[in-house]
Amino acid sequence: MKLLTHNMLTSKCIKGVSVGYPLKINASDVKETEIDFNPEFVSKMIPKLDWPVLYEAADSLGKVGDLPKNIIENFENDEDFLKKVHHIMLEVEIVNGNLICPETGRKFPINNGIPNMLLNEDEI
Amino acid sequence: MSRPEYLAPPEIFYNAEEARKYTQNSRIIDIQVQMCERAIELLLLPEDSPCYLLDIGCGSGLSGSVLEDQGHYWVGLDISTAMLDVAQEREVEGDLMLADMGQGCPFKAGSFDGAVSISALQWLCNADKSSHKPVQRLYKFFSSLYACLSRSARAVFQFYPDNSEQMELVTSQAMKAGFYGGVVVDFPHSTKAKKFFLVLMTGGNVPLPKALGTGEDSQGVSYTAKREKLKNQRGKPLKSVRTWILEKKERRKRQGKEVRHNSKYTGRKRSGKF
Repeated sequence: MKLLTHNMLTSKCIKGVSVGYPLKINASDVKETEIDFNPEFVSKMIPKLDWPVLYEAADSLGKVGDLPKNIIENFENDEDFLKKVHHIMLEVEIVNGNLICPETGRKFPINNGIPNMLLNEDEI
Repeated sequence: MSRPEYLAPPEIFYNAEEARKYTQNSRIIDIQVQMCERAIELLLLPEDSPCYLLDIGCGSGLSGSVLEDQGHYWVGLDISTAMLDVAQEREVEGDLMLADMGQGCPFKAGSFDGAVSISALQWLCNADKSSHKPVQRLYKFFSSLYACLSRSARAVFQFYPDNSEQMELVTSQAMKAGFYGGVVVDFPHSTKAKKFFLVLMTGGNVPLPKALGTGEDSQGVSYTAKREKLKNQRGKPLKSVRTWILEKKERRKRQGKEVRHNSKYTGRKRSGKF
């Protein structure tokens, strides 16, 4: 699972959870892949991202590198910055581990890169 | 052929064997690709701009590959682990997730620029467990989908409704969740090529896109509403006119009623003396 997806994912489908964001990451296996860099897409996604959440997630995986803590100004024209974001957002993948709901502590297991978001009947 | 929805729930029907069959059958692949291309066309995405899309019921990622080809990034949901495993093997670029769409879309508000779904929505109309209530599940799905789409985004679902009630049910739940839109039927006169697309829009009531294969250029018989309209425009012939009388006699003859035979005197104008 990419960190971009993590940035969008919530656990609000569980009954009684109002926000369910951000999910905590407990990763046991992380890999890095290579995906074509598309500056247009990255700069389009940056305003949509919850930056502190992305930073936190990258930090918890130890992949934060020299990513700035805040979004820099004029990021559209800073290719170096876009490349860093691209790497964190799309190329870092969680292969195995757990996602943890911040409100209920419910664990969503990630197996082989696929998070299991299925809920039990009593949680809906 | 009986519908797969009636055989077993999706997570059981699409087991390892079925998932493999599904992804190796070139005919299925062709159809899926065609339908997905059409769905993207209906999404009306901004041209030449990569978008972040949601693929609901992505299965083995056949539709996702089409999205990739067009330069978009996607996240796929599916309930079948076997299908997702096949997708993982095919090394699709999108992110995959095991989720039940009836439980809602687990994303934060305004995440996606659009959503596509190919041959998945009809599964939601079935109650596979005693706790499943299709109406509630449909509503939960549509309302959570509405929330996770950005404004002016669209969601296009290709699906196989079993009957008109089912279509009505799905559309009404989508409208209840706040969407505008309706069903576009491509090639309505062909039994094989006929395809249903539920086009849902979040921003304002825009006219629905035109269906394919309804115009005069199609090979089938074109829809006769136009002729009907023309006929109405012409109106019925005046009652006193001979043609009207002949028409009426013909009509009554067809009904099996006794009708005088036609002669040169039929419907003749009376002389002024009368």
